[in-house]
Amino acid sequence: MSTLRIARLVAAKDLRIEWNSRVFVNQVLPFAGVTMVIFAFALDADSVLQRVAPGLVWLATMFSMLVLVQRAFAVETSDGALDALRVAGVDPRAIYLGKAVALGAQLLVLEVVLLFAAVVLYGQTIPAAGAVLLVITLISATCGLAAVGTLYGGLAAGFTGRETLLPLLTLPAVAPVLIGATRAVEAALGTAGAVVSDGWPWVGLLVVFAVAFGVGGALAFGPLIDE
Amino acid sequence: MTTTDPTLTGDHTTPTDGRSGPGDGTGTRGTRIIGIATIVAMGWLVAFGLGFSPEDRDQRESVRLLYVHVPTIWIAYLAFIVTAVASGLYFFGKKKSLGWDRLAGASAEIGTVFVAVTLVIGAMWGRLTWGVFWQWDARLTTTALLFVTYVGYLAVRRLGGTHEQRARRSAIIGMLAVLEIPLVHWSVRLWRSLHQDASVLDADGDVTMDGLMLFSLFVGVIAFSLLYLWLVIHRTRVMAMEDLLDDRLLDDAVAARRAESVGGRPSVRTSNHTSDRASDQVSDQEGTT
Amino acid sequence: MSVVELDDAVAVLGQFPALAGATLRVEAGEIVLLRGPNGAGKTTLLRLCAGLLPLVRGTGSVLGLDLTTHRESIRRTVGLLGHQNGLYLDLTVAENVRFWGSTVGASEGEMRSAMQRLDVADRLADVAVSRLSAGQKRRTALACLVARRAQLWLLDEPHAGLDASARDELDATLREASSAGATIVVASHELERAGNLATRAVDVIAGRVHDVVPGDPGAGNQDVVPGDPGAGNQA
Repeated sequence: MSTLRIARLVAAKDLRIEWNSRVFVNQVLPFAGVTMVIFAFALDADSVLQRVAPGLVWLATMFSMLVLVQRAFAVETSDGALDALRVAGVDPRAIYLGKAVALGAQLLVLEVVLLFAAVVLYGQTIPAAGAVLLVITLISATCGLAAVGTLYGGLAAGFTGRETLLPLLTLPAVAPVLIGATRAVEAALGTAGAVVSDGWPWVGLLVVFAVAFGVGGALAFGPLIDE
Repeated sequence: MTTTDPTLTGDHTTPTDGRSGPGDGTGTRGTRIIGIATIVAMGWLVAFGLGFSPEDRDQRESVRLLYVHVPTIWIAYLAFIVTAVASGLYFFGKKKSLGWDRLAGASAEIGTVFVAVTLVIGAMWGRLTWGVFWQWDARLTTTALLFVTYVGYLAVRRLGGTHEQRARRSAIIGMLAVLEIPLVHWSVRLWRSLHQDASVLDADGDVTMDGLMLFSLFVGVIAFSLLYLWLVIHRTRVMAMEDLLDDRLLDDAVAARRAESVGGRPSVRTSNHTSDRASDQVSDQEGTT
Repeated sequence: MSVVELDDAVAVLGQFPALAGATLRVEAGEIVLLRGPNGAGKTTLLRLCAGLLPLVRGTGSVLGLDLTTHRESIRRTVGLLGHQNGLYLDLTVAENVRFWGSTVGASEGEMRSAMQRLDVADRLADVAVSRLSAGQKRRTALACLVARRAQLWLLDEPHAGLDASARDELDATLREASSAGATIVVASHELERAGNLATRAVDVIAGRVHDVVPGDPGAGNQDVVPGDPGAGNQA
């Protein structure tokens, strides 16, 4: 079976699990929404919220991603399915690709919902001129996040203490995405006088990041999940 | 094919140069020479850094902190590059020699400590010069992320398992961590630049520090490089001893476990003493169908 | 070439040598029963043969492939049913079998028949695995295993949680697989039932394997009378 076919199988399996269990819809999305709300409690000033809204969207995304990754690998380890995948001789690159695609799909939905929440809660507007930049930023940032999350999620999956190991490894690694995606979204939304053209160099960074970690992750995943 | 590490010898404390025997610790003639050179260089650093070099026009005495702050971050970068190279040599090498893994780990540990020193001294310097302990500029932010990244690497090293498992996992994370550094640096540089850009080397490659100050910095680099070398060699050797100890403990554990299984039944491979416990186990088994 | 060849194999769980020098030979077509108390290392032995665990000391090969260098290749040729079932709890039985079958390229018909054999088609097919009883989950896992058509079957207490008729069905499935050419290694506390099934039994005690006939580990065991759990401990 070709790697791509198996990857599609794995991605479909992950998404079907989500569909059946509704953890994403019932738990992760509300969690993300709650974070957006409590940011407002902490920051307590409309002008400040408006200024930092893009950053908050990505912060909420990062924290929710940790939950999503834990969940993605909890389904694999709760009944020994990951071991079964290894014994089945399934190409680890296919597992990585499939799980990253499923994770990315959920992240995209999450980000769109969070943007919508920012429009509602933080008084953001999305100008037509920035729409293309916004979409491309979302896609490229998501690819990078999914690549890193799946990789380190696989590493942390088998171990006690994975709940703290995962954030420790993942958050510094995705710092470039946080910086780049926030600046690009600021440019797209025109926050603090940024213009759309400011955003494109950041998209370049995001794409390079996604490619670097996508390739690195696919190669590293197999050895990392192995015993 | 046994997987006890062939680079570890049974009776020696590992070093491949100099002479030493069991109970001597990890010092050898080579490290003693390096150690003395380090002390001498540090002495020179103190002399030049605190004594002979002048105070800066603007920063006055606080510039002296730079003679430690700058070398430590440079050596830290060197240490992490060594980690990445050693990780690669382990991972892609045919022989999978654990010595490379130990070097990678030792270098990362020392590099992390050096980064911590850089950050602390940098905070002191920042307080004295700019009035704030911290700035979110390109260099400091990258340095902070560097620190956290390698703390993560060290955490991965401690996940347990066999030495080969540890080595393989760490090699991958070690190589990925080095990949991150330029990415982080690029993104942070794009984002800010308030730090003293090119304070030693400006755009033309000319030095902008006063001659004696530059010399003190140079002495600092030499001194800390020697210190790094000394520390890495010792730490690698200590790790080799730790790994050797693990192997011995495993041998003991295997022997202890074998001793449990003896007794009450004829078998090709066991030694010939019976033990009551084993036969109790066997008769228990007969009783419960 | 033996299907399984282990010489003084040591495998660890954490720091603990679960296998402390195990020597075992399994020939093609055999059904070998692993007997032994809990904590003896039966599970570790099975996982080692599946290529999941690294070999820390000693040598070993499965189906001619070296356990130290070709673990990935070994995995593809074996089927393991461990303590856990290896199922996705939020998927239905049918979804699980379809996924696992597809990863090995089994056809729709093969998957369907595997499900029917283990009586998890029809009524149970569209039930989420998390809602099944332990026995039903086991049967689902077995259906996935059957769909894989492996050359070496490694089963860790497969009868646990199954009722009498399911156990009979399992035994029939195993006999069928064996006559189709598969080699089977079973760890079980069900000495009577598994003894009936097995062509040979070995004892795993404290990380080592004790063949019942000393000096000839590859031979069939004349001392063991199938169905007699006490046999083999004399001599």
